[in-house]
Amino acid sequence: MKNTQMLLGDEAIALAAIHSGMSAAYSYPGTPSTEIVETIQREVKNDPDLDVICAWSINEKVAMEEGCGASMIGKRALIIMKHVGLNVAADPFMNMAMTGTSGGLVICVADDPSMHSSQNEQDSRFFSEFAKILCLEPVDSQECYDMTMQAFELSEQFKTPVMIRLTTRVAHSRTGVILSENKQDKKSISLPTDFKNWTLLPCNARPQYVALLEKQKDLQVYANTYELNEINIVPGAQKGVVVGGLAYPYFKECLSELKASHVRVCTYPIPDEKIKKLINAVDELYVIEEGYPLIENQLYRLIHETGKTLTIHGRNDGTFPMAGELTPDVVRKGFGLTINEEGVYPLSSLVKGRPPQLCKGCPHADTYNALNDVLKGHEQERLVFSDIGCYTLGAYPPYEAIHSCVCMGASVSMAKAAGENGLKYSVAVLGDSTFEHSGITPLLEGVSKKVPFTVIILDNARIAMTGGQERIMSEEQFIPFILGTGIDEKHVRLIKPIPKNHEENVQVIKEECEYPGPSVIVARRVCIQK
Amino acid sequence: MNKDIIFCGVGGQGVLSVASLFINAANDVGLHVKQTEIHGMAQRGGAVTSQVRVSDDPIHSPIIALGTADFIVASEPMEALRQVSFLAKEGCIISSMTPMKNIEYPDIEEVHGQIKDFKNNKLIDTAKICEEISNLRAANIILLGSLVAELNIEGLSDAIQTRIKIAFAKKGEKIVESNLLGFAKGLE
Repeated sequence: MKNTQMLLGDEAIALAAIHSGMSAAYSYPGTPSTEIVETIQREVKNDPDLDVICAWSINEKVAMEEGCGASMIGKRALIIMKHVGLNVAADPFMNMAMTGTSGGLVICVADDPSMHSSQNEQDSRFFSEFAKILCLEPVDSQECYDMTMQAFELSEQFKTPVMIRLTTRVAHSRTGVILSENKQDKKSISLPTDFKNWTLLPCNARPQYVALLEKQKDLQVYANTYELNEINIVPGAQKGVVVGGLAYPYFKECLSELKASHVRVCTYPIPDEKIKKLINAVDELYVIEEGYPLIENQLYRLIHETGKTLTIHGRNDGTFPMAGELTPDVVRKGFGLTINEEGVYPLSSLVKGRPPQLCKGCPHADTYNALNDVLKGHEQERLVFSDIGCYTLGAYPPYEAIHSCVCMGASVSMAKAAGENGLKYSVAVLGDSTFEHSGITPLLEGVSKKVPFTVIILDNARIAMTGGQERIMSEEQFIPFILGTGIDEKHVRLIKPIPKNHEENVQVIKEECEYPGPSVIVARRVCIQK
Repeated sequence: MNKDIIFCGVGGQGVLSVASLFINAANDVGLHVKQTEIHGMAQRGGAVTSQVRVSDDPIHSPIIALGTADFIVASEPMEALRQVSFLAKEGCIISSMTPMKNIEYPDIEEVHGQIKDFKNNKLIDTAKICEEISNLRAANIILLGSLVAELNIEGLSDAIQTRIKIAFAKKGEKIVESNLLGFAKGLE
């Protein structure tokens, strides 16, 4: 076990990218993906000679496009985001499959089944299938490391971006990793000689799409030969199991109690020939995967092609639950194996919930207290639209100050729409970084159309929820930037949210809520965690 | 040998740090190790857990099955009770007595009483030991000492002391010494 390091999946990906000669990493923070860039930044700080670009991007769409630009000039780049970030970046993502890549381009997306710290549990494998690019799915930190190294090579081999799909338990588990001794140098600039690929005019896009479809055959061949897509036919076994992602280690734990043949899936496209071999060898088929039934829904076609009749036991028939992450217990139960339920100690009624909460002394608390005082008595004519960040915790008692949280930036767009549709007190509350990420464009709309609504920016100068990363704009830039929308400067107010300013802040918020036009209040106090 | 351990407590108590220190030491003595943790919203004063599995043999799942954990190591007593569905029948709860009252808290005597009802339990007055060793932040290291005493894995105690020296080196000799002392108190 010498030279084995205990690394998070996230840390292993960061090191693999550095060891692969990555020139730049582009990302917006989001649990459980944040530690990838933080690790790269730590490595660069410890060794400035590394010379890797790894500052945070303003949002995921920009990060995706930055990665595209780096690849176009021949550099290797890593793009990182959480699953919902890929929605933001979907436009460049889909089109980068069409342009193809020059320098190796790896897109690492971290899903969060069970929604430990997310608003949904969407499955990014569907995005890789949608875009028709290769996706690799590791289950431990060593595989995170190895597959990321492979992904850079594969991206250059197939000339497409390659996705690494993580889930929370892979990103945030520490397991042993042996690092490669074969470290690559960074690539030098090499410009494309033909720009047609990169210029998706319809006349160029049509042949590019045909070329992308042609690549599918190569990707399919690769999937069928990929070593970790293992097939194991047990003579006489009636049960067959197709197992993907983190289901694999759970399955391995009950393998000794099951007489079953199996195929492991860790590439998308899935290894169809291996799975057909399995189908031909068994009488009933189980499929376990972390996420939505993606492999499962493809099995119907593969079974049809073999001409066999087989029932599939998976998420669709309830063998495994449709929602939530897999656990060893869920997998055992699906196979009808005994689980320890009888022996499980019951939860004591003494145990109370302990939800996350705003820190003691958090500036957001002071702003919420003031806002609540302003809107008290106006319950029938007010809504406070909020957003993604620490301040979403203002939904809980004792504040109960906000009424929505949908996606990054939605607070401003929703408040603007509510304001122009006649809601008297239409307020958006969002953080400084969320504002930079996706709040600027709807503010520009609201200001240009002179919509009566108020945007409160909780400016703690940090991306606090994910651990206090720095935002893009400096303090000096921030208010001039808002004024640059053309908003009346009398209605851009700066307050300091501290308890002794309460009455004064109530007055400012009240004035702007009553003003029948667009207004912005910047509530500025640095996060107490920094 | 394989042991499944749940570290738990409240965000900000250092649960993830102590789990990380433990697994690095276990790795140092050549064991197979897997550890999983939940970050994100849990950082803000919510319940935090880290599941740790160590074994002589390769480990598959990073997650512990219900009713199979050998130890719950709790920085906070009510958080120990939250995790009992994972505990094996013969499993042991090692918990600090000191409550973290950032919520409406149940009667602490009752919480202690329920922990003592478990056949194997070690309820430790970490606050008192912290005062004795003049380091008010050593509770987790004391609990770790207690865990290592129960585990009885060759070389692990030394490996943890080495890791303590590395982990606290930046904070000065005094902090290193008091943590080593806290660890020794836990071992007793």
